[in-house]
Amino acid sequence: MNRLDKLFANKNNILNIYTTAGYPKLNDTIEVVTRLAEAGVDMVEIGLPFSDPLADGPTIQNSNSIAIKNGITLDIIFEQIKEIRKTVQIPILLMGYLNQLLNYGVSNFIKKAAEVGVDGLIIPDMPIDYYCSNYKALFIRNNIQMSFLITPQTSIKRIEAIAIESTAFLYVVSSYAITGNNHSINQTQIKYLNKIKKLELKTPQLIGFGIHSKETFTSACSYANGAIIGSAFIKALEDQDTIKNKVNNFIKKLKQ
Amino acid sequence: MNYTVNNKGFYGDFGGAFIPEMLHHNINELKENYLGIITSDSFQKEYKSLLKDYVGRPTPLFFAKNLSKKYNCTIYLKREDLNHTGAHKINNTIGQILLAKKMGKTRIIAETGAGQHGVATATVCALMNLKCIVYMGEVDIERQAPNVARMKMLGAEVRPASSGSKTLKDATNEAIRDWIANPVDTYYLIGSVVGPHPYPDMVARFQAIISEEMQQQLLVKTGKKNPDKIIACVGGGSNAAGAFYHYLNTASVQLIAVEADGLGVHTSKSAATTQLGSEGIIHGSKTILMQNKEGQITEPYSISAGLDYPGIGPLHAHLFKSSRAQFIGVTDQEALKAAYLITQKEGIIPALESAHAIAALEKISFKPKECVVVNLSGRGDKDMKTYSTYLK
Repeated sequence: MNRLDKLFANKNNILNIYTTAGYPKLNDTIEVVTRLAEAGVDMVEIGLPFSDPLADGPTIQNSNSIAIKNGITLDIIFEQIKEIRKTVQIPILLMGYLNQLLNYGVSNFIKKAAEVGVDGLIIPDMPIDYYCSNYKALFIRNNIQMSFLITPQTSIKRIEAIAIESTAFLYVVSSYAITGNNHSINQTQIKYLNKIKKLELKTPQLIGFGIHSKETFTSACSYANGAIIGSAFIKALEDQDTIKNKVNNFIKKLKQ
Repeated sequence: MNYTVNNKGFYGDFGGAFIPEMLHHNINELKENYLGIITSDSFQKEYKSLLKDYVGRPTPLFFAKNLSKKYNCTIYLKREDLNHTGAHKINNTIGQILLAKKMGKTRIIAETGAGQHGVATATVCALMNLKCIVYMGEVDIERQAPNVARMKMLGAEVRPASSGSKTLKDATNEAIRDWIANPVDTYYLIGSVVGPHPYPDMVARFQAIISEEMQQQLLVKTGKKNPDKIIACVGGGSNAAGAFYHYLNTASVQLIAVEADGLGVHTSKSAATTQLGSEGIIHGSKTILMQNKEGQITEPYSISAGLDYPGIGPLHAHLFKSSRAQFIGVTDQEALKAAYLITQKEGIIPALESAHAIAALEKISFKPKECVVVNLSGRGDKDMKTYSTYLK
């Protein structure tokens, strides 16, 4: 059984932390991910910095720009993951945009990702039908799992179709928003999250976008297998402290 | 070869809708409805009536005697500069605002580079009494102050895009993010033949009025509806798409697209997408774009803010790859020189964008008697600061 399936089969309240590769400093990602694993995070999502991250809010955009200035490249990221995999066993996902994969060569990218120990991908601008007709077989052959997004506007019929292709987990976008909003979960969202819960989909679900505190994380976990925290963690990395302290303080606050 | 969009939104290898799921509902709603609405008799009647009485169409097809003499052929100028608001952009904003109204949308967002599309959007929003928010790069707000003032006077809110390079590309990103956050009441009014399907096809259809009129006017003036060559500048490519549209399948008409070489294609300051770019995805569309070896989209440069875009519309990528259109590059200096030439020979001050199309006349060899149409996409008022600096 692969890392992702094993995790979802055995655990609830899954905490998935997003971090931008090459941020805050070029080689920090190795320590950031290692410390996250030590602090008990269940899985990590490593963002591939992109010049035009359409689905991301200002915090993640800014971390992407800094990482690009730091000189991050896909090859450096693969090297860093190889290093991380020497000690870290939790699932690792990559989150990036389709242009980056096309430019690298999708087939090369997938082979390389599999080789260094990546478990799955999130490509927000990959249309599901385009994926199915062009890349699905390649992904399956290389044991790279896929997560697609659903939003409050996605129809039930479409949710069911997307769930089938989401071999890693279904990424439930909590609201009409780009990443990084700071509100608590409201009544409209609760109605939506309950609707998804009632579908009793076989695909595990993680809730993302706007999860930023213990309160929002706990609340998200009551509707799904867990949740994803991105912008709030990137903000925490901005502090002037050691990576170890920044990571530990952030995770402690979520878990206490 | 087929130059119309297929049912999946592709022109050959290019186009499609590479968008996050957050936009799926909106794009799909548009895709399902746009053709039915815009081809209906009632829509066409309203659209054509506004083009006539509000925009001032048809725009003249002017025989440029002095330019013709200089280049030893017959040159006509399609006078899009005479449209209300000073450029072809309003052909599209009139069409899309009517569509937005029919779809029940109450809040309009747009991106703008030079500010021409922003002004054209703010104008139709004022006309239709709709709330208007225009995203514009911080750098462009600085260098296009008169258009910012016009938009504000028209009642639009101009929001600075402060991410990335703070120009058109980033203003487009911000507009898309706004749409993601406001999917129910908001309509995104894109200004060029770019973005996810159905935008490139829809904007091309609204700009197609340019070549529709050209056919009728040429028939009257020359006895033939087809010219030998059509020349238009390409940033995203909306004026070129409109000028080429009804001639795409007429192989005898040579289509010439003019890109901005900036300081030159061998410098790092250029916007010549087909020469410097490669295939990829920008703003939800598979096309040709300028990117580095990591797939990061690079910042283009041109003296003309309207040509300062790192991609071209998917139709143009297809015209380029299939060699249906010839792509020519013109530098800042060549465009400035051409702007002075047409001003002094014909008494028409062109927009810097359109000056690129005029400059291409220097680079093409014409047979005597050849009939050439240059699409004069906009007027030069907005560029006076640049022109007067050049004169010194």
